[in-house]
Amino acid sequence: MSHHTSTDVPTRKLAMWSFIGSECMLFGTLIATFMIYRGRNIVGPYPSDLLNIPFITVTTFVLLMSSLMMVLALSAVQRGDLKGTKLWLFMTALFGLIFLAGQFYEFSHFVHEGLPLSRNLFSSTFFVLTGTHGAHVAGGVLWLGTLFVRTQQGKLDERNAETVEIAGLYWHFVDVVWIVLFTLIYLLV
Amino acid sequence: MDQPNARQGLLNRRFLLTAGVLLSAVAWAGCGGEYPQSALHPRSDFADRLDVLFRQIFWWAMGVFVVVEAAILYTIFRWRDRPGRDRPKEVHGHILMEVGWTLAPALILVAIAIPTIRTIFIVDRPTTDPNALVIEVTGHQWWWEFEYPEMDIVTANEIHIPLGRTIDLRLRSADVMHSFWVPRLGGKRDLVPGRETQLWFTADSVGVYWGQCAEFCGTSHALMGMRVIVDTPEDFAAWAAVNAGDAVQITDAQARAGRGVFGANACVSCHRVGGTPAEGQFGPDLTHFGSRLTIGAGILDNNFENLVRWIDSTQHVKPGNLMPEVYLSADQVAQLAAYLLALR
Amino acid sequence: MSADASTHEGLYRGGIWSWLTTVDHKRIGILYFVTGFVFLLVAGIEGQLIRTQLAQPELRILHPDFYNQLFTMHGTTMVFFAGMPLIIAFFNYIVPLQIGARDVAFPRLNAFSFWVLLFGGLFLYSSFFFGGAPDGGWFAYTPLTNREYSPGMGMDFYILALLLAGVGSIAGGVNFLVTIVNMRAPGMSFMRLPLFSWMALLVSILILLAFPPFTIGLVYMLFDRSFGTHFFDAAAGADPVLWQHLFWVFGHPEVYILILPAFGIVSDVIPAFSKKSLFGYPVVVFSGVLIAFLGFGVWVHHMFSVGLGPIVNAVFGGGTMLIAIPTGIKIFNWIATLWGGQIRFTTAMLFAIGLLVTFTIGGLSGVMHASPPSDLQQTDTYFIVAHFHYVLIGGTVFGLFAGFYYWFPKATGRMLSEKLGAWHFWLTFVALNVTFFPMHFSGLLGMPRRTFTYAAGLGLDVFNLISTIGAFLFTIAFLPLVVNLVRGLLKGDAAGANPWDAHTLEWTMSSPPPHYNFAVLPEVHRRDPLWHPYVVEGSDEVDGPSGVVPRLQPTDPPEPIIMPGPSYWPIFMATGLLIATIGGLGSLFVTLTGAAVALVGLFGWAFEPAEPEGEEAD
Repeated sequence: MSHHTSTDVPTRKLAMWSFIGSECMLFGTLIATFMIYRGRNIVGPYPSDLLNIPFITVTTFVLLMSSLMMVLALSAVQRGDLKGTKLWLFMTALFGLIFLAGQFYEFSHFVHEGLPLSRNLFSSTFFVLTGTHGAHVAGGVLWLGTLFVRTQQGKLDERNAETVEIAGLYWHFVDVVWIVLFTLIYLLV
Repeated sequence: MDQPNARQGLLNRRFLLTAGVLLSAVAWAGCGGEYPQSALHPRSDFADRLDVLFRQIFWWAMGVFVVVEAAILYTIFRWRDRPGRDRPKEVHGHILMEVGWTLAPALILVAIAIPTIRTIFIVDRPTTDPNALVIEVTGHQWWWEFEYPEMDIVTANEIHIPLGRTIDLRLRSADVMHSFWVPRLGGKRDLVPGRETQLWFTADSVGVYWGQCAEFCGTSHALMGMRVIVDTPEDFAAWAAVNAGDAVQITDAQARAGRGVFGANACVSCHRVGGTPAEGQFGPDLTHFGSRLTIGAGILDNNFENLVRWIDSTQHVKPGNLMPEVYLSADQVAQLAAYLLALR
Repeated sequence: MSADASTHEGLYRGGIWSWLTTVDHKRIGILYFVTGFVFLLVAGIEGQLIRTQLAQPELRILHPDFYNQLFTMHGTTMVFFAGMPLIIAFFNYIVPLQIGARDVAFPRLNAFSFWVLLFGGLFLYSSFFFGGAPDGGWFAYTPLTNREYSPGMGMDFYILALLLAGVGSIAGGVNFLVTIVNMRAPGMSFMRLPLFSWMALLVSILILLAFPPFTIGLVYMLFDRSFGTHFFDAAAGADPVLWQHLFWVFGHPEVYILILPAFGIVSDVIPAFSKKSLFGYPVVVFSGVLIAFLGFGVWVHHMFSVGLGPIVNAVFGGGTMLIAIPTGIKIFNWIATLWGGQIRFTTAMLFAIGLLVTFTIGGLSGVMHASPPSDLQQTDTYFIVAHFHYVLIGGTVFGLFAGFYYWFPKATGRMLSEKLGAWHFWLTFVALNVTFFPMHFSGLLGMPRRTFTYAAGLGLDVFNLISTIGAFLFTIAFLPLVVNLVRGLLKGDAAGANPWDAHTLEWTMSSPPPHYNFAVLPEVHRRDPLWHPYVVEGSDEVDGPSGVVPRLQPTDPPEPIIMPGPSYWPIFMATGLLIATIGGLGSLFVTLTGAAVALVGLFGWAFEPAEPEGEEAD
């Protein structure tokens, strides 16, 4: 296959950007639904009853830091620092998992407090929106784990660092989506 | 390679054949025939406004149609391939033409948009007539419930309205999306669960107008019709006086037997007959059923044979409808029919 | 010029396994074409049954529940399993050839897209055997389609099949967007792209942006039906109309997804058979861009009777009228291309000109419903059915047939009979008009849509009868097509590289092309490179491998070209997703199993080298 590209953007990176464009519409729809249905619950519990802003602020910070880890991982692989690559890939994934653990805790807490998925509009929109985001984080963690293994196997280094960069694009996107969600769901409650 | 330029002969024959078929259909449509549900025969101010707007757009569209189709036909005939022709000159564009055929459609659309917007701001806004007659419409799978709140009238599938007075319909749904459409009296408005929508008009001709649900609502969506009868104010007042009251006295023996059957069976759990113990709320109000033109929401003429058929095999007549199959003897069914027809 | 048919007809040889594991865009194009064509026939039969039931008033040939399944499946199949696959078939086969590429950007993703589409279609149709097909209409409005009013599994099949097929569409959108942006031959700037490939680029963007809202709507419906959520539950404070917004925000761009490729085909076919380059190429491109963009701003015109208020209706009515302008511009540019040309009435050209005639009719009725008050009489009636069949058959299907007759020689190396093609065209043209023209009348005279019968007293009898006769004509019209196809494949004349003396890059290689497409990647200096050859400075060489556009690619490449080999991971992963989809009907275990299989497939795919040894890993 020819390596010639008509633009200066590598093909797989262009693919990730296109995919991210589509994902913007996906999350945009979920967010719009959440916003439209705010304040229309007929029965509680209501968001203000349940949302634990301090707790989620911490997990948000963890996710933000994971993006920093990702940047460090990319920098390491571009330099050919394979030990560093593995370390920072691991840390990114770990922080992602911590975030997910926090989400899992929040979800089970809500259910425990009388807000199962089927309770009201808040449960419907909140769980589907943040659940979709969490699924994306989980997919990202899996991807990072794979990259870790590949580095371990000697199959990933500065020559194909682009792979890490593309994973990083995805990871940062998922992080930015969370910033929006955190703002709209928690800070604007 | 074979150039099929003998096609022109075919072109002529085929075009003429198609045109012939279509024109015949048009002619047939134009002359004669009763169209009780026609949007092209307006009988109210609302229908009239829409019709006037439609005709304006129609004539613009006809003009564009003739120009464009003529241009296509002319071009393909004039420049069809013939032996001995040179290769055509390249023409990559022509700014003036491009601007021209962008502006011309744009101007036509402006000409359509202006009356459109004017009409929108009349018909899509509630009426401000303080003298309007309010009728509350509730759509059900697959029948229409009508209530005149200021007049104490409750009926189903058929309404009477007075000529020359604003009718203010308030539309709600008891289950799924429906749409209220009586074409001769105007355009349609959806019935949306959880919300009230509105439609208003003033009828200008006495008559019986057919309507139908126009939003797919399940198995028997096609069988959810209605009748709107426009009366003179005097006739309307007379109708209203009767319909505001309870059921008439039943004197006929057969009908009285039918009343007994009605009361002793499941009928009363769904249907109401004012002034009797039958107070069912799930199905159509039958207090003055006998004076209605149709059975089953506009699908059968209201007469004895059809009524017997309806009661006896309702699921066959209107599949899926919420009235269960009734297990009564032929005599009982006949008595019931007599009773219902007597409820004028 | 004689093609080296013996070498390159080997393109399609190989047993079933080679077809299951192919990653060649040309073979995948054939797979999409056959699939789309079969579903077109099936949906056509559904249409015939509908018209049979409606031949006369108050018939009860079909039970209303079955009728409702038929019209639901007719619409759903035509849009998602006939229209889109046929379009993607052409994208697959032709776009790489037109832009000077050897394949699409992601060949395995391409194969995967096909398999999930096929599996989605098969899954949807299996519903007939498991309690009944979906019956809520292709538009599936809530609350009718929630669990309370649609208790069976039909709607679950609808949701799950479309979610599965949708994955393939999004993947295809990414694939074609990246291919067209990044894999053009040297010198092929955007403004030198053949119009068909330009439209393919726009459609890819539309797919990426329009499918997600529909995906989310389907997820909401799935969750409401299966997990008790309240996205469309008025009693819980929600708005059932939200579904309509989500559906039409997708649904309207979807119809532009269906028509722009046809416009692209016509924009290539008309110049080819007028011997004149497209008039106003930049304007035709720009109008396509405008249509794609504006297409996201008109969706409420499907909802003018919902009562959203005068301001909403006025804004969306205005937007809808606006979009008529770029559409009309295209028609004028095509006429201007014909003007002064040397017009040959090949079958492809008949369908292209036919599109001009019939799409104009459909477009004009569309303008009539662009006006919201006027639409209050027309919406949900047969007037709308007339409109969209004129634009979908007279537009999309005619465009696809034009493409079929135009590119059949390229894909098969054989010529079709122009005589049989003309019969196919004229019978179809007549059938279209006889079936759907009367519907303008039945609609305005009071016939709502989606009705399994109509009352005898409405005066609609003769219009419906004529429409039904027209529908049977469609069946007859297929016969010359089928005969032509079979005879052409078996004993059509040899086609050669450029039987039409056409103007774009796909005509520079043998018919069918070798599996690597271009022996030498061309360098493009002009639009319509074969009609505007570029002469190298200091030489009068026009043909030849020295970096200009050869009129005919050399039989053998100067250096060996290594193409990606076949892979079973795409179909493996698609199978996993199918299993997961089946589990969506009510078994978490099956869903998880499917997801696990898909995950194994994903890893297998990821660790399989994208390119042969020595090349960059994917």
